[in-house]
Amino acid sequence: MNLTLKIWRQKNANDKGKIVDYKVNDVSPDMSFLEMLDVLNQDLIDKGEEPVAFDHDCREGICGSCSMYVNGQAHGPDSMVTVCQLHMRSFNDGDTIYIEPWRATAFPVIKDLIVDRSAFDRIQHAGGFISVNTSGNTQDANAIPIEKENADRAFDAATCIGCGACVASCKNSSAMLFVSAKVSQFALLPQGQVEATDRVLNMVKQMDEEGFGNCTNTGACEVECPKGISLENIARMNREYLKASLKG
Amino acid sequence: MALDSKIPKGPLADKWTNHKNNINLVNPANKRLIDVIVVGTGLAGGSAAATLAELGYNVKAFCFQDSPRRAHSIAAQGGINAAKNYQGDGDSTYRLFYDTVKGGDYRSREANVHRLAEVSTNIIDQCVAQGVPFARDYGGLLDNRSFGGVLVSRTFYAKGQTGQQLLLGAYSAMNRQIGRGKIKMYTRHEMLDVVIVDGKARGIIARNLVTGEIERHSAHAVVLGTGGYGNAFYLSTYAMGSNVTAAWKAHKRGAYFANPCYTQIHPTCIPVSGDHQSKLTLMSESLRNDGRIWVPKHKKDVEAIREGRLKPTQLAEEDRDYYLERRYPAFGNLVPRDVASRAAKERCDAGYGVNKTGEAVYLDFASAFMRYGKEQAHVKGLDENDEALVKKLGQEIVRNKYGNLFQMYEKIVDQNPYETPMMIYPAVHYTMGGIWVDYNLMTSVPGLYAIGEANFSDHGANRLGASALMQGLADGYFVLPYTIGDYLADDIRTGPISTDSKEFDEAEKNVTEVINKLINNNGTKSVDHFHKRLGKIMWNKCGMARNEKDLKEAIAEIAELRAEFWKDVKIPGEANEYNEELAKAGRVADFLELGELFAKDALVREESAGGHFREEYQTPEGEAMRRKEFQFVSAWEYKGEPKDAVLHKEDLVYENIEVKERSYK
Amino acid sequence: MSGILNSSIGRKFAMALSALFLMIFLLQHFAINILSVFSPDTFNEASHFMGTFWAVQYLLQPVLIFGVIFHFVMGFVLEINNNKARKVSYAKSKGSANSSWMSRNMLLTGLVILAFMVLHFIDFWIPEINVKYIQGDMSGLINPDAADSGFRYYEELHHKFESPLRVGAYVIAFILLSLHLLHGFNSAFQSVGANNKYTKGLKGFSKVYAIGIPLGFIFIALFHHLNH
Repeated sequence: MNLTLKIWRQKNANDKGKIVDYKVNDVSPDMSFLEMLDVLNQDLIDKGEEPVAFDHDCREGICGSCSMYVNGQAHGPDSMVTVCQLHMRSFNDGDTIYIEPWRATAFPVIKDLIVDRSAFDRIQHAGGFISVNTSGNTQDANAIPIEKENADRAFDAATCIGCGACVASCKNSSAMLFVSAKVSQFALLPQGQVEATDRVLNMVKQMDEEGFGNCTNTGACEVECPKGISLENIARMNREYLKASLKG
Repeated sequence: MALDSKIPKGPLADKWTNHKNNINLVNPANKRLIDVIVVGTGLAGGSAAATLAELGYNVKAFCFQDSPRRAHSIAAQGGINAAKNYQGDGDSTYRLFYDTVKGGDYRSREANVHRLAEVSTNIIDQCVAQGVPFARDYGGLLDNRSFGGVLVSRTFYAKGQTGQQLLLGAYSAMNRQIGRGKIKMYTRHEMLDVVIVDGKARGIIARNLVTGEIERHSAHAVVLGTGGYGNAFYLSTYAMGSNVTAAWKAHKRGAYFANPCYTQIHPTCIPVSGDHQSKLTLMSESLRNDGRIWVPKHKKDVEAIREGRLKPTQLAEEDRDYYLERRYPAFGNLVPRDVASRAAKERCDAGYGVNKTGEAVYLDFASAFMRYGKEQAHVKGLDENDEALVKKLGQEIVRNKYGNLFQMYEKIVDQNPYETPMMIYPAVHYTMGGIWVDYNLMTSVPGLYAIGEANFSDHGANRLGASALMQGLADGYFVLPYTIGDYLADDIRTGPISTDSKEFDEAEKNVTEVINKLINNNGTKSVDHFHKRLGKIMWNKCGMARNEKDLKEAIAEIAELRAEFWKDVKIPGEANEYNEELAKAGRVADFLELGELFAKDALVREESAGGHFREEYQTPEGEAMRRKEFQFVSAWEYKGEPKDAVLHKEDLVYENIEVKERSYK
Repeated sequence: MSGILNSSIGRKFAMALSALFLMIFLLQHFAINILSVFSPDTFNEASHFMGTFWAVQYLLQPVLIFGVIFHFVMGFVLEINNNKARKVSYAKSKGSANSSWMSRNMLLTGLVILAFMVLHFIDFWIPEINVKYIQGDMSGLINPDAADSGFRYYEELHHKFESPLRVGAYVIAFILLSLHLLHGFNSAFQSVGANNKYTKGLKGFSKVYAIGIPLGFIFIALFHHLNH
């Protein structure tokens, strides 16, 4: 199939950037979206132009590197996939496809479709951990049984890949789903209880300082999340936060 | 230089404990005066950086990704082994040790593997304490599954995302130290050289991938946790960015490269769909717990299936060849990876491959659906003879166990694996070879360490499933932090290492020259063009089956390709900006050197062992034929061109395990 | 606890609490108004009680006014902050793919409701304040000098819905209120942390409320209009 691409091109953080039109021909429906961009880039290199820069690494939907707003949706039209697992069979011959970087003040553009998501890391530095040293003398892994349901929920929250699709699709660029996934994972496990108060206060404080917007519960993040992280996590974080605030 | 593996004396089971008791320590106040560079933030690098920082060292950690959390350890699916014996099925440290040495086809070091088995249980404890949400049973205790090449259930898992959960555990441990200021994290940085001062590794040269700036970083020791080099094959289950560059630069600075030809080709990957393919996707080995592998028995059915006239589900049971169960009745579908991959290749080469290109076999869950379904129907008191109901119940169980893998398969292939069997084919997945290290994980360069997949030590010629995560974390959490102290104890009075030295000048100049050469090359062909050609040579001539003729051709072809690359590669853009083509070019340049050494190593190893299969050395039944005279580690010393590399042999001594025929029948 | 209103979640929580308070008020308002359909007398008595009981007038009324002002001021503050969080917008964005129109347009529906409230204040509240606290007539009678003239409340209400324009404005406002509540009610529960397997029933209830209450108000308006 043949496609028209409208891609955001921006040389670096200081450049203003603009949408540029490209044509790609002979796209196979079995290609992934990124492989389609590989074809475009090969073509651009052959013509002596600069290829489109985008983040990608594992190309199997788990590293969370890829980050494109495709036709008005984070990771494109298919659900429960990252853009590296989006396949061209989701499009039709002759389609025009908009490809833009994540848009959020907290995620400044580095080049073309690449944004700086270090704000996410800084939120994790503020409290996304359980303080346990590597001694080799921690208690036996089976010493504390954990109700299967809670273990499963903690796992579901922990599957967040930190791609930022939640921020990108939120009309307020809120990072609540991302932060709540980590808060929830630890809130649901006995090991996470000791630091629960400080964790949620510090992570939310950092999140606010990074300039993310506030959650207005539109639920867009949950729909666009490639891992299906549930809004219940945000509710849980709200509870945890209120509880922590009351404690001081 | 003679290779000294520094394996401690004494009985096998006491070596590690005794060694820990006897090595030098650095006191807490002095640790503050010592800097350590850790390159790579996967399971090995991430856990090492966190632990070293906990201990009090000043750590500088580097990764080329935008966050440590994206290292490719994250993609490991199935699980992590540990000799916990929670299932009470006869597991023990010895058995894990034995299985690993046997699985590695008797080409790994006894002492290293035993240590790995010893600390395996600590890893699980540590990870649970960190909040890693492993799968649990209804009693709230940890669940286990079984993996290839073993007869017990010792694999801990978190659905099909075990690597992700473990990596995020290590990442969270790092985050705690970054927050405390004990780790200084450099993301989007790529190491391009090791700096050796007075014979010791004292720093690195790194390129800031955003600005293109070349930076000098000094430390008292340098640790490489930079993963494997399977991307030399272009198509693999590795991440697009996975590369050999850090390891190769270390090799060029004096670190011996061991067993480069030992490559794991994983049996269950999604087959190649076309020329556009940029990477291959793994379907976890855990699927072989419940999936049965087969091809049609008769050629006519193969034809019919390829032409779409026949659906695999329509083929009668007696017309199917469950070739693993046929050939290896004891282990069946759970034979080790090298064996399963070769068996798939054998069937496909014989013309029984089931997709259009003839390079795919079936992985079928139909009988698992029925088996689990019957059990569920019984438990729930429903009609066990209602086939549709039983199938549905069974599918639910399978969905709970492997749901994300089935979903991934469907997204990529556009076929529903609940209704039709999966199609799979082997793909490059892991490299057992790597930088040579001694028992302390130090390379042949003092002060330079290699951990995780980047080193060679624990898996011999073939790695068992769920052992990579175990080794990465063992090295990073429990081994390196002890052994590095022994070396650093001499550095407490050294003071900060200056980056204003002729060694740093020289290293930086080297790096800059290469970059300038690449960017100004004005060739005609893209980096990928060369990478794909290299991949074809590697896959066709150094892949699942190798022979002398092919290997000799490969050596010549790779050398030629390398020359052509340097003459004709074309890199757009500038050096002082974000330039992925430039970064890729540097990596492919190193693959082009490594590839040749790889082929040379495979040529020298005139035997078949694990992932290395030489067609000239096989038993009449087509099994690998190991040879006593090759019971050594090949450690290659860099001498300019790969063809000039010098072979050093480290003899492998088996005092605790009888070296036997490796049989899974 | 300090500075909770400066945090994102604290503001969200405050927004939700004020919303829940306003929804309780709305229910109460509806309960009294619907009496006007069944029994003008009961309606009059209830109105008089509400209009003269000290706790309602001097305690609940100021709290209510504060609640309304707080809710919309906070709404604006959040909107401004949220706009700052994305300075460059997308060339193409498909909000309908992942969220409801209501959830994305709370500001719009809120502004219409605010405009309606101005009208509503002019219609009822200002005259009421004028009669009671400026003219000093606390009797609630149609003719304060004639004790048998009966309460004025029903008459006033009935009279207001004579004009089709006003009824039209009310109907539109209530439709937008319904849209506002369709997102807002559930959203408030989510904000205070009530979203888990035990709260599934709440979602159904919130829908019934969000559609039922505004529909009831529309019914009342139309009832009085058509009975002229």
